[in-house]
Amino acid sequence: MSGRSTHHGPGAAGHEAHMDPTTAREAATLGIWTFLATEVLLFGGLFTAYVIFRIKYPQMFYEDHLELNRILGAVNTVVLICSSLTVALGIAAIRKGKVMLLRFYLFLTILLAATFLVIKYFEYMEDFSKGLYPSTDIFFSLYFMMTGLHAVHVTAGITALATMLVLAFRGRFSADYHTPVEVTGLYWHFVDLVWIYLLPLLYLVG
Amino acid sequence: MKPEHGGYGIYLMVWVALLILTGLTVAVSYVHLGMMNVVVALLIASAKASLVALFFMHLRYESRLVWGFALTPIFFLALIIAGTLSDTLFR
Amino acid sequence: MRETTGNGEQPQNGNASPRGYLEAKGIRAWAYTLDHKRIGVMYLYTTLFFFLAGGVFALLIRLKLMYPGQHIFTNQTYNVLFTMHGALMIFLFVIPAIPSGLGNFFIPLQIGARDVAFPRLNLMSYWIFVAGIVVILFSLGRPMDTGWTFYTPYSARTSADVTVLSFGIFLVGMSSILTGLNFLVTIHKLRAPGMTWHRMPLFIWSMYATSIIQVLATPVVGITFLLLAMERLFGVGFFDPTKGGDPILFQHFFWFYSHPVVYVMILPAMGIISEIIPAFSRKPIFGYKAIAYSSLAIAGFGFFVWGHHMFVTGMSATAAIIFSLLTYSVAIPTAIKVFNWLATMYRGSITFESPMLYALTFIFLFVVGGLTGMFLGALGADIHVHDTYFIVAHFHYTMVGGTVMGLLAGLHFWFPKMTGRMLSEKMAVPAWLLIFIGFNVTFFTQFILGFEGMPRRYAQYPAQFQALNIVSTVGSWILAAGILIMFANFVHGLFRGALAPPNPWNALSLEWQTGSPPATENFEEIPTVTDWPYGYAGRQT
Repeated sequence: MSGRSTHHGPGAAGHEAHMDPTTAREAATLGIWTFLATEVLLFGGLFTAYVIFRIKYPQMFYEDHLELNRILGAVNTVVLICSSLTVALGIAAIRKGKVMLLRFYLFLTILLAATFLVIKYFEYMEDFSKGLYPSTDIFFSLYFMMTGLHAVHVTAGITALATMLVLAFRGRFSADYHTPVEVTGLYWHFVDLVWIYLLPLLYLVG
Repeated sequence: MKPEHGGYGIYLMVWVALLILTGLTVAVSYVHLGMMNVVVALLIASAKASLVALFFMHLRYESRLVWGFALTPIFFLALIIAGTLSDTLFR
Repeated sequence: MRETTGNGEQPQNGNASPRGYLEAKGIRAWAYTLDHKRIGVMYLYTTLFFFLAGGVFALLIRLKLMYPGQHIFTNQTYNVLFTMHGALMIFLFVIPAIPSGLGNFFIPLQIGARDVAFPRLNLMSYWIFVAGIVVILFSLGRPMDTGWTFYTPYSARTSADVTVLSFGIFLVGMSSILTGLNFLVTIHKLRAPGMTWHRMPLFIWSMYATSIIQVLATPVVGITFLLLAMERLFGVGFFDPTKGGDPILFQHFFWFYSHPVVYVMILPAMGIISEIIPAFSRKPIFGYKAIAYSSLAIAGFGFFVWGHHMFVTGMSATAAIIFSLLTYSVAIPTAIKVFNWLATMYRGSITFESPMLYALTFIFLFVVGGLTGMFLGALGADIHVHDTYFIVAHFHYTMVGGTVMGLLAGLHFWFPKMTGRMLSEKMAVPAWLLIFIGFNVTFFTQFILGFEGMPRRYAQYPAQFQALNIVSTVGSWILAAGILIMFANFVHGLFRGALAPPNPWNALSLEWQTGSPPATENFEEIPTVTDWPYGYAGRQT
């Protein structure tokens, strides 16, 4: 129900000092889910465009989607699923206070995320070499926009994960306090979630 | 207090399930089922998404309030798609 | 040990330090602040600046429109003028002023908290807002000429710098999203002990509903402007008919945000009215729960009606009929609020200080604006007056007669709390009168002009419309005069106003139970709440 402000004045830095730890954690959870809600609507515009144009141009979607590299798409899906696992394992570790394991899993997650981007890079290079650009037609506009926006989010995720890794090395996290890691983890799972839909919509069902 | 949450074991099982479902959806995409391709692909994707949301993202153990925050945007996504379609489909 | 003022008296404002949160001085104390009150003040200064800037464009528009033919400005410049007026006013003033300004300042105070849930995010959202403004200013090298609605295909092809502008608006939208996010979590998690949902002030209910809209609708306009930039930069073709795209799709995306955003504009203003009417009628608010839930209903229904901006685009008749029907639903919760405000005043002990003058003005002008909205919801009527001055008048009655009057009511009501000083009623009342008269002269004539067929966004118009245009322009001068006197009152109040007591209006919500201005930590002790904030004693016989 209602949280509590502490009865003391503000802390030195003025941040969560004014909330007790339980309230701060619940607030962070609500905050990240709210942010993810905004991301659903952000990608949602692209999904809407996909639905509209797929109904309008079924033939174009069928022919064009065959140009995409289904295997690389599937590999990338596996990469992201593995990265979701590693970040989840990292959080399970820090819940038990195992900081070294947390660092290990965060590092693995970043590695996998970078792998995703590298594969995407090769895919895009392959597409460009075939003369397929965002301006080629509506399908490729959608393909580049959706995977491009997703890649931007992967990049932002890498930044967030790297920040968590640095903080983990500085000993900031413990079994009692690791909220930023949980928040980053939720964001990262969302990035995986979006790709889970992008794979079939773009690569598998023309 | 902290919510209950899955441990390593659950995460590994979910991971395996996700890999299997990924393999399944890629395999099915090579079979020509006409309209059913879309339906099957989206169903599998939604199953995968649910696993990620329920277990990796702890929704299974969160309060009704968090569920509200998580599910509300989906409703509004459906709304913008439906509203736009009500125009483009019936011109 | 309580500090005393220079002449040895106790400070009247209920603070240990007379300056409260304003104690620390210097640019760093503002630029790096985590205090929601300072962030709110910065937002207020920024948004009020763009109110004045947008107002200058308005006066230039009205100046040109005194003459039917080419005069003073070229047609192209005129297009820039009305685009700038609309874009600055909407994105940099009307949307953020009450939520990010007054909302930031008063939400934690009214719920008995020390700050918002995420103070650093709060500061970040202000600087993202400023970054967006800077980017928008960069686009002025090739100024926008598309109308504030940026419809494709023209916005994708114009030589104006729509690409840079799009990124600026994206940033401003991000700021709005983060503010809404912060408020949602704050209201859920930081209410003082004993403050159940049904003991919250109605301003909080309206801010909660507003935040829901900000969080769900703004991302859609974000992706819309992103796609517009991509179309210009990379030839992405969603909105381009020559590539198989659909320019109307842009309008669907744009209005999916821009209709709900008008409720972002009005709900906070309505919340302010719900605070002022009971206090200045000395009577409990009538129908607290109805008003509270009607805010949520307006926020919800507002998402279902965006197609009513698109009736003449060639959209399907099926969709048009559905959107028209749904448009009427929004009137119901709105009317409930109006009835409840009036019922609150009935048999109350009403006084007419400036906050109440603006609150009453809000009710009157917003009802006119809202009712004309109902005319527009009817397909046949809308096809007749779409893109005429009838529409212009309608949205000025709602956005200015509504939101701006609500903002001004809130500024007059809360000025003593924010600054520790009183405004001069001697300046406030004439200013209000000029604003009221000027507003109606300017905009009521536009209902007539629109109904008679004068199109909007036209630099030149048929000569038969000139007389009423001159009347409207003179009205704009009266309105401007009133606004200037009002700002002069604000400036005078800041430097020379009488010191304010903690509770000059004898109001009951929590912000009035602490100093004027409040201390940085808001309350010495977080209060425990045992009742709703509308237990006014009613008429004294």
